[in-house]
Amino acid sequence: MKVGVITFPGTLDDVDAQRAVRYADAEAVALWHGDTDLRGVDAVIVPGGFSYGDYLRCGAIARFAPVMQPVVDAARKGMPVLGICNGFQILCEAGLLPGALTRNSSLHFVCRDQWLRVENTETPWTTRYEEGAEIMVPLKSGEGGYRAQKSTVDELEGEGRVVFRYAGGNPNGSVNDIAGVCSANGRVVGLMPHPEHAIDALTGPTDHGLAMFKSLVESVVAA
Amino acid sequence: MARVVVDVMPKPEILDPQGQAVARALPRLGFDGISDVRQGKHFELEVADDVDDETLAKIAVGLLSNPVIEDFVVRRVGQE
Repeated sequence: MKVGVITFPGTLDDVDAQRAVRYADAEAVALWHGDTDLRGVDAVIVPGGFSYGDYLRCGAIARFAPVMQPVVDAARKGMPVLGICNGFQILCEAGLLPGALTRNSSLHFVCRDQWLRVENTETPWTTRYEEGAEIMVPLKSGEGGYRAQKSTVDELEGEGRVVFRYAGGNPNGSVNDIAGVCSANGRVVGLMPHPEHAIDALTGPTDHGLAMFKSLVESVVAA
Repeated sequence: MARVVVDVMPKPEILDPQGQAVARALPRLGFDGISDVRQGKHFELEVADDVDDETLAKIAVGLLSNPVIEDFVVRRVGQE
């Protein structure tokens, strides 16, 4: 079981994402932004950071990197993809997820341990959670405010595609407290908080994030 | 060559906290009578004569703006 982790110029959290994959007993495969194929991986993680310096808009340049075309093609065929923080922004810019991430309503960069409620346990990234489970993982972003047209938000809510919702207060002004969403087929998930930083109580606030990576391994092995 | 200006603005229904922060700062600086500020981006492109309006619109919608949250206006402002 191989999970690709993409590194763009300016990516920060690729190493932690690779470590999370290894904690879930899968092989982490480093993918470079200039790669034109996915090296036979079964899933892809687009990690956090500041790809291309967040120039223009967060994720706006990264979506045109060569590696993104095979990611988009594979995702449309059902390969699981997870976008974390800047990765979520990139997947929105690439059109794999609806909506957009905008400047936090407070204008402040938010860096804190954040409670989330898991609302969709059907995606390949969330099967190990119980519906309604509350998990604590780090949130660290300046442009994490989730926005979408009202019709899009209604669709996401109606179809159960809000995967994670902020609990215990909205940190960034996201509409409906949305922290993470999934694609129509449920295979692509994006969220602003960082599960890969919460896989071991020694190095994170909790180990609540590890179940995301274990969910993926179970889902792919079962398929 | 022609100069083309693309102005990108947050859609009216999208919260613009940066513009609001500017608007709140103005009275503190002694400037009264400004009821709202919205902040956007202004691009200046030097464009060859054979680049048509359709191409410019594709550039504006595909890269310079995010149509989910932003509107844009493309203007040709003159020859260089």
